[in-house]
Amino acid sequence: MASISTIARGVVAVVATVTLAAACGSGSKTKSAPTSQALTGRGPITLAQGKDTSGNVQHLIDVWNKAHPQETVRLIELPESADQQRQQMVQNAQTKSDAYTVLNLDVVNTAEFAANRWVTALPKDQFDLSKFLPAAVRTGEYRGALYAAPWKTDAGLLYYRKDLLQKAGISAPPKTWAEMQTDCGKIKGVGCYSGQFDKYEGLTCNFSEAVDSAGGEVVDDSGKPNVNTPQAKQGLDFLVQGFKSGMIPKEAITYEEEDARRAFEAGKLVFLRQWPYQWALSNKAAKVKGKFDVAPLPGLNGPGSPTLGGHNLAISSFAKNKATALDFIKYLTSPDTERANLLASSEAPTLAALYDEPTLQKKFPYLPTLKASLLNAKPRPQAVRYNDVTTAIQESVYAALTGKSTTDQALAELQSKLGPLTQQ
Amino acid sequence: MTTTTTAGPAAARRRRRGDVQGSGRLAATLLSPTFIVLALVVGYPVIAAFRESLYQRGQGLDAQGFVVQGDKFVGLRNYTDIFTGPNSGAFWNAFWNTTFFTVVTVALETVLGVAMALVMHRAFRGRGFVRASILVPWAIPTVVSALLWRWVFQADGVANAVIGKQVLWTTEGFHAKIAVIIADTWKTAPFVGLLVLAGLQVIPREVHEAARVDGAGAWAGFWRITLPMVKPVLLVAVLFRLLDVLRMFDLPAVLIGLHKDSVETLTMIAYDEATNLRYGPAAAYATVLFVYVAVVAYAFVKLLGADIIGDMRQARTARPASAKKKPLTSARKVTT
Repeated sequence: MASISTIARGVVAVVATVTLAAACGSGSKTKSAPTSQALTGRGPITLAQGKDTSGNVQHLIDVWNKAHPQETVRLIELPESADQQRQQMVQNAQTKSDAYTVLNLDVVNTAEFAANRWVTALPKDQFDLSKFLPAAVRTGEYRGALYAAPWKTDAGLLYYRKDLLQKAGISAPPKTWAEMQTDCGKIKGVGCYSGQFDKYEGLTCNFSEAVDSAGGEVVDDSGKPNVNTPQAKQGLDFLVQGFKSGMIPKEAITYEEEDARRAFEAGKLVFLRQWPYQWALSNKAAKVKGKFDVAPLPGLNGPGSPTLGGHNLAISSFAKNKATALDFIKYLTSPDTERANLLASSEAPTLAALYDEPTLQKKFPYLPTLKASLLNAKPRPQAVRYNDVTTAIQESVYAALTGKSTTDQALAELQSKLGPLTQQ
Repeated sequence: MTTTTTAGPAAARRRRRGDVQGSGRLAATLLSPTFIVLALVVGYPVIAAFRESLYQRGQGLDAQGFVVQGDKFVGLRNYTDIFTGPNSGAFWNAFWNTTFFTVVTVALETVLGVAMALVMHRAFRGRGFVRASILVPWAIPTVVSALLWRWVFQADGVANAVIGKQVLWTTEGFHAKIAVIIADTWKTAPFVGLLVLAGLQVIPREVHEAARVDGAGAWAGFWRITLPMVKPVLLVAVLFRLLDVLRMFDLPAVLIGLHKDSVETLTMIAYDEATNLRYGPAAAYATVLFVYVAVVAYAFVKLLGADIIGDMRQARTARPASAKKKPLTSARKVTT
C-alpha cells in the first residue's frame, strides 16, 4: 500500500524539483516567522492526517461538530504513506497556506516542523502531561517546549507461537536474545525470528530497537550520535549474526511489515517483532488463529526497549482560529475520546490509565504487555534533519546485514555520518 | 502546360521575395500565442530551476534551535558538489545506472518491439486477439505494473518458483537491475511494437512482391526492404524510449525501493534532495539530467536519425510529387 503513494511521488518528483524549487526560491528570502504567538481566534478549522482507515476520526469530528456548531472541524485526508503525508504538510508550510490547522504529525517529524517554525508551541500548562505515557510526551517536545500533543502511540512487540513453544516444553516467552535462540533450537522445521529489514524506515526502527535493547543508544540525550560503542555493536551483531546463523531467515532482508506478517501467518516463523496492529489481523488468519500471543521484546540481558511509533497533534503556524484548534486537540486527547478511539480503531492511546481498564483489557488482551513495552520504549533520534539521519542509518545497517561491511565498519561510518546531521 | 512551367520559376521567385516579409510577420503573429504558452510552460520552469540551482537554503540552526531562514547565493557550488563533492559517488552511481538501463532496455525493447510488430502485422486467425494482448502491458500504469512485478519478484514469488532457485531480487545487487530491466522491457516493448506496426502498414505490398519475384528470401526482404522502410518510424520510437528511460523513476522506486544503490537513477536522487528540502541541489541535479537528456537526444538525431523532422518534411513533399510523376517529368523535359 505504501508503494501506491510512491506513484504520485514519482509523478511529483520531476515537477517538484522544478516547480517547487522555483516557487520557494522567490518567497523564502523574507524572515520573520512567528515564534510563539498567542493561540487566538475561533471559527472553523481543519484536521490534516493520513487516511482515516477505520472511519473513526470522522466520527469523533462529528461528535465535536455537534457540540461546537460555530467551530466546526473538517477532516482533510492525506495519502496513506508517512513520507507523503510529511511532504504534503511541508508543502502546506512552504506556501504558508492556512488550509491545514491541526496537523497529525508522525512522531519523528516533530523536531523538523518545530525548528522550521511550521508549528506553534503549545501551552504545556494546559495539558496534564503526567497522565500521558512519558515516552510519548517526549516525542512531542523540541528543546524542552511542547509542539505536539501525544495522541496515538505504537511500540514493537514480540509475537510468538505459543502452541509451538508448548509442544517444545517451553513455559514462558524468551526475555533475552540468548533464550530466544535456545528456544528456537528446540523447535525444528520453522524459521526462528524476523522483524522488518528491507531498506526503509522499518529498518531504522529495528536497528534502534536492537541497539537500545543491548543497553546502547543511537543518539544520546544531548542529541549527539553514540553508535561507536560496544553496546551498539552488540545490538547490530544480534541482527548480523542472526542472518549469518540462519536464526533470521535470509528472505527477511526483503521484509516490510506486511511481508513479515504474511510469513508469520503462513506458519514460517516462531517469533516476530511487529507492531500491535497485527493482533487483530492474525486472529483472523486460519493457520495461526488462537495459537499466538505477544510479549515484550527480548534484549541482550533482559527485556528489550522497543522503538516508539505514533502520531501527535500540532497546530500549523500559518493557520487561523488557533484557540479552537487547541480546544479540539484537548478534546481528542481526553480520556473519553482516546477510549472511544481505541475501541473503534484499536490504535494504542497515549493516556497511561486506559491500559489498566479491565473492560478494555478484556477486549484487547495485549494491553498490559503493550503498556510494559511502552514504559520501556525509546524514541528514534529526534533530529531536525530526520530524513537524512534515517537514510544514513539504513545505508550503514543494510550494508552490515548484507555482509558488505563488518559491524565495526558500519558503525564507525554511521557515527561519522550522523555527526554533522545531528548538530543542533 | 509548357507556358506555365517556363513562366513558373521566375514568377514564383518574384512572388516569394515579395511575400517573405508580409507572410513572415503574419506567421509570427499567428504563432505568437504558441510561443507565449511555450515560454510560460517550458521556458519559465527551466530558467527558474536553473536560477534555483544557484542557491542553497539555510540548514543551520540559531541559538534557540530554529532553522536560519533564507536562501544564499552559492554560484556553481551545487554543480561542483554534484561532480566532486562528498556525495559525488552517489551521483556517478546513479549516472551509470541511468545510462546502463537506457542502453540495455532500449536495445531489448527495439528488438522485441520489431518482432512483435512483425507478428502483429501478419494476417492470421485471431490477429485482433494477439494485437490486443501484446498491447495490454503498455496500457497498465507503470506503478501498477511495478507492484505486480514486485509480487512476482518477492522471496516466495513466481519468479523464484519458475527458476527453482531462491534469489532475493529486491535486495542490492545485479539481480535488482535485471528485475528492473525485465519489468521495463515487458511494459514498453509493446510501445515500440505499436509504432513499428504503424510503419509496417504503410509499406506498399508491391515492394515486397517485387522483391520476392527478384528472388529475395525472407531474411533479405526484412533486412533490405522492411527495415529501411520502417527506419524513420523506428527511430522516432527509439528516441521516445531513450528520453523516457533517462528519466525513469517510478519503476525502480516501487519495484526495488528508494535508496537502493543498485537501481538508483538520477531522478531518484533529485527527488530525494527535494524531499529533504535541499531545493538548490535538487534543481542542480534536475538541470544536469536535463542537459544529459538534451545531449543524448541531439546526438541521437545527429548521428543516427539524420534529421528526423527533415526526413518527414521530405517525405511529405516527395509523396505528392511522386503521385503526379508523369506530368512533372514531361514538364521538366520541356524546360530543359
